[in-house]
Amino acid sequence: MKYLDEFKDPVIAKRMIDDILATATQRWTLMEVCGGQTHSIIRNGVDTLLADAVEFIHGPGCPVCVTPLEMIDRSLEIAARPDVIFCSFGDMLRVPGTDKDLFSVKADGGDVRVVYSPLDAVNIASDHPDKQVVFFGVGFETTAPANAMAVVTARQRGLTNFSMLVSHVRVPPAIRTIMDSPVTRVQGFLAAGHVCTVMGTAEYGPLVEDYQVPIVVTGFEPLDLLEGIRQTVALLEAGTPALRNAYPRAVSPQGNPVAQKVLADVFEVCDRQWRGIGMIPASGWQLSPAWREFDASLRFDVDDIHTAEPEACHSGEVLQGLIKPFECPSFGTLCTPRTPLGATMVSAEGACAAYYEFRRLQVPTKVS
Amino acid sequence: MSDLPIAPLDVEGWTCPAPLAHQDRIVLGHGGGGVLSGELIEHLFLPALGGASNAEMRDSAVLDRPGAGRLAFTTDSYVVSPLFFPGGSIGDLAVNGTINDLAMSGAQPLALSAGFILEEGLETALLGRVAQAMGAAARAAGVPVVTGDTKVVDRGKADQLFINTAGIGVVADGVDIRPARATPGDVVIVSGLVGEHGVAIMSLREGIEFGTTLTSDTAALHTLVAALLAAVPDVHVLRDPTRGGVAGTLCEIAEVAKVGIELEEAAVPVPEAVGAACGFLGLDPLHVANEGKLIAIVPAAHAEAALAALRAHPLGAHAAIIGQVGEEHPGLLVARSPLGAGRVVSRPLGEQLPRIC
Repeated sequence: MKYLDEFKDPVIAKRMIDDILATATQRWTLMEVCGGQTHSIIRNGVDTLLADAVEFIHGPGCPVCVTPLEMIDRSLEIAARPDVIFCSFGDMLRVPGTDKDLFSVKADGGDVRVVYSPLDAVNIASDHPDKQVVFFGVGFETTAPANAMAVVTARQRGLTNFSMLVSHVRVPPAIRTIMDSPVTRVQGFLAAGHVCTVMGTAEYGPLVEDYQVPIVVTGFEPLDLLEGIRQTVALLEAGTPALRNAYPRAVSPQGNPVAQKVLADVFEVCDRQWRGIGMIPASGWQLSPAWREFDASLRFDVDDIHTAEPEACHSGEVLQGLIKPFECPSFGTLCTPRTPLGATMVSAEGACAAYYEFRRLQVPTKVS
Repeated sequence: MSDLPIAPLDVEGWTCPAPLAHQDRIVLGHGGGGVLSGELIEHLFLPALGGASNAEMRDSAVLDRPGAGRLAFTTDSYVVSPLFFPGGSIGDLAVNGTINDLAMSGAQPLALSAGFILEEGLETALLGRVAQAMGAAARAAGVPVVTGDTKVVDRGKADQLFINTAGIGVVADGVDIRPARATPGDVVIVSGLVGEHGVAIMSLREGIEFGTTLTSDTAALHTLVAALLAAVPDVHVLRDPTRGGVAGTLCEIAEVAKVGIELEEAAVPVPEAVGAACGFLGLDPLHVANEGKLIAIVPAAHAEAALAALRAHPLGAHAAIIGQVGEEHPGLLVARSPLGAGRVVSRPLGEQLPRIC
């Protein structure tokens, strides 16, 4: 497929891998921020092929993983209501809340539907005027514009039965939190290509300045990843932290101004809890006052939520790059994709699931 | 019966228990075993499925005993939605799927049964179209539907219609095909392009289009199997990678045979549209269902002969060697990425869940 296949070429990949291995005079610690990149790195084995040059710490960039437990529990309460059709992207359905997940709510009779686009949820609202249709609006800057457009469309159509449970998160404040951590080992970042497609690169310059850390905007296909890694390693070797764009076919410095305009109108920046990490100031988006009538957390009075994370789950440390998934005592024993304790084991983009799926061979066998 | 008190007839609320004939919708009476059931069989099922209208009605089909070999027997239920999709229908699946289950034991199919569970209110014409599709598929395969049953459930108790088919076939002497025979040194072959059925259904169900229309690959594979066995009698394993896809099937074989299977990802023939759809939805083509493909595991010495036999058949034109069986990592399927790194591939847990981004 054009624009994809040529970025999978194994011959060029081999050359780039050799180049990176030859350039690196030490083993550098890089964080890929985005869960899609984690998935691609593990799936293609980029980390094992580059093991002598780079250690990857997998960042908190899986929206499923970082959606706060309180928000999951809220979604479960709303989805269980008989007057509600609850719409979500597919991989949210298995994320464990305190007691259950959306699949169990569906099995108990809740009308929970998987949609591929928030506009599908708007159409469901048009088709079911007698029902309240709620869309679970999670994700980074990548999914936010489409979710914003869903609200705009709902207003254009005069729909009063559509609302959105918003739990959007933003990448730059998370990078700041990771670099502020006294125990961080991250020496360079691969910034999430598709986030920057929307937002541009302007937010990342100050991070490079403040923390003297190289940040390279990176894509998702094997050659895209390798080019991002190659540039980051080169900057580290030269001792010249800088912002680079290794994904220019999708990312321009100014991003997508149309999307940014909609985002600025529909959302406002707010503090946000990240599951496993905690509160990160100014790291989220919520509906702005002009659009708050579409806020499901206000429309549905669900206050009585008492959350409790399982103690055996160390996903927070995994998300912060403090431990590798297999260093968690529950990994592969108490916690598997079938019985996930934390969200990082649920989503295909979650670091624990990625390790469980693709890396069981290298993981020391557990004696239970 | 005579002991039961006879309730007085409530004339006010009484309705005729035997609805009128020639209705355009299925009513409960069509499953009651009475006149309506008889009409449905006589005027709908028998013409569609190819039985003679004066066929002698009895409670079971009686088949001639095969001269030699062992019997293979299988059953499967079909609940697919939508009932019709590009490339086929639930009727095609119900015939081809059960024939394929027989063929994967190396059996030559002899006959099929068909059980229908119909939802009250189903359009009779729609049922007719499904039955016609079943009949056409059975005739194309040369495997007759010899017995059947119909039940009707209340509206809302079923999604339009469900079909169960069972099949019986005969396995020739000397043929021993089963997952446990996968042996280190064997070669893994897939008979064609993977992922078409699952993506065709998903794109129709979810209203997603990918530039080209993908059609289901539903097909009866018994003649392909016969061609393969003629060339390579000692086929070790045959499986059709339906639900769970190629990965799910190979994982099962690795577990049952306690062998490791190594898959060359770049060698798996994935159509461009399937790759695009899977990339878009965050799915793995290796996990997507097929309805007209088989995986053959054969001794390495016979791999080229097997490949040639498959490719010479219209249903095996795109056959490819995609991996091998080994002694390392018993019970696991390991895929080698085009870059050369290996990863463990798991069986899908249940429903495939499209990713957020």
